[in-house]
Amino acid sequence: MSIRVIQPGVQTTVQDLGRFGYQQYGVPVAGAMDPHSMKLANILLDNDPGEAVLEITIMGPQLLFEEANYVALTGGDLGATLDGVPMPRYQAVLIRPGQTLRFLGLRNGCRAYLAFAGGLDIPPVMGSRSTYLKAKIGGYQGRKLEAGDVLYYRNANPALIFPERRLLGIDFVPQKQYELRVVLGPQDDYFTEAGLETFFKEVYTVSAEFDRMGCRLEGAVVEHKNGGDIISDGIAFGAIQVPSAGKPIIMAADRQTTGGYTKIATVISADFRLLGQLKGGDKVHFVPVSVEQAENSLFLEQQYYQMIIDYFNRDRTLL
Amino acid sequence: MMEQVRFLTTGDTSVSVEFGNAISEAINRDIRAYKIALEKAGIPGIVETVPTYRALMVHYNPGIIRSWALKEKLEALLGEMGDIEIPPSPVLEIPVLYGGEMGPDLAFVAEHAGLSQEEVIKIHSSTEYLIYMLGFTPGFTYLGGMSDSIATPRLQQPRVKIPAGSVGIAGSQTGIYPIDSPGGWQLIGRTPLKMYDPERETPILPEAGQYIQFFPVDQEEYDLILRAVEKGSYELKTHERKEV
Repeated sequence: MSIRVIQPGVQTTVQDLGRFGYQQYGVPVAGAMDPHSMKLANILLDNDPGEAVLEITIMGPQLLFEEANYVALTGGDLGATLDGVPMPRYQAVLIRPGQTLRFLGLRNGCRAYLAFAGGLDIPPVMGSRSTYLKAKIGGYQGRKLEAGDVLYYRNANPALIFPERRLLGIDFVPQKQYELRVVLGPQDDYFTEAGLETFFKEVYTVSAEFDRMGCRLEGAVVEHKNGGDIISDGIAFGAIQVPSAGKPIIMAADRQTTGGYTKIATVISADFRLLGQLKGGDKVHFVPVSVEQAENSLFLEQQYYQMIIDYFNRDRTLL
Repeated sequence: MMEQVRFLTTGDTSVSVEFGNAISEAINRDIRAYKIALEKAGIPGIVETVPTYRALMVHYNPGIIRSWALKEKLEALLGEMGDIEIPPSPVLEIPVLYGGEMGPDLAFVAEHAGLSQEEVIKIHSSTEYLIYMLGFTPGFTYLGGMSDSIATPRLQQPRVKIPAGSVGIAGSQTGIYPIDSPGGWQLIGRTPLKMYDPERETPILPEAGQYIQFFPVDQEEYDLILRAVEKGSYELKTHERKEV
């Protein structure tokens, strides 16, 4: 026995970095909404950064641990407690058999990521352990967790090396207004000058319709030259669709692979960490950057991961 | 081909190579040819490519190849297209049991077309349909080329659950439901093939740029094929498309 699900929470799913290689067959990528927090949780535990974790949304589950292992919790603050005591976030925590993890309620952000040293024993489907809810594939039997489910570790590691140094600062910080950097395109030429100006000048509010597929925004209408319909093309993570009504929708992990609406811009990869934490009522503002700037931000992120991996592992070869 | 091709920015990990702005067999051919050429070129850092009606979306890892370098390689490849041999598109033969329980709307489609059910089956199964792209759900093919003589509007009241494998008509489109789903298509038959099976080595059978042709089978053949499919021993039949 490893982890028993006492209460499932609103939407707790197994996710990794997503299912690549099948988009040409119409299979959405899925994967963690906030891949940055997911990677940090894994790095804290000496896992591969892309190891499958639990993505926990708004109202967390109640989990009873039946086997010793290290875990790490990152992302939004969902009020985690271990046997009634606040559980430290952004650090490796040794769980003893019989301990219960409970989430008291959302403090900030939207999604928390719970990683397990050695990973979960979940069979990959089409090369990924990510749950894609709509087609019921991947993760735990293709669905979100339910009460009574039992998850098993793949290679529990209660003897994790250098546990005391596996600690990071709280990475996700809530903001009054989230600045999302975007690169223009692919259909920025379908919008009027005024439409583009509105898009970058106005502050948008995340509506009640935000899920793993996308995030609908409320706010000023973005004006098209000739409507928002196109002959379908592919959709990237972070693509901002603007249908004819002019209200932007940010496409997320469970987006369909293709679609027939104009896309004005795409959120840069380095800002998915913010996108994945947005919830109804949050304010967002778009800032244009070049592809080169976006790539540089991504490389900085990669360097940061490497730096902390090196820090956690220093002197390892001496042992 | 080169003149009208555009490179559209779709973020920092993909680029869309756009071949046109229409639903056309010529554009689809260009996209398929370019996709095959790109696979042969083996450019490091490309993660996957996604063909659609108008473009080939190229997903890449910027940690391996930066966007400007990739764009240079993609442009150069366009110039070399003439030298690359593109194999003819295969036609996938999809067995269908038409009418009866499997195709409850066949009678309506026939009546709407002013034809007999046999004539509808003959028309529907005598065309090689071009697969423009896949999308909407895993394994769903957007097919082109159905005869207008059997075009039928969607159901007024969509069905709550349509079994996987159902073959239907919606307006001038025809298609196959790869998974159980709700839908409003007029159902004229069902294939015993699994167009989509996440546990199979090749989870999804059709690819954009290939063709599909339906061929009618009777209940006995349907059952035989179904058993073979369930055992994993059924081999999809294909034939080479006659150059037109």
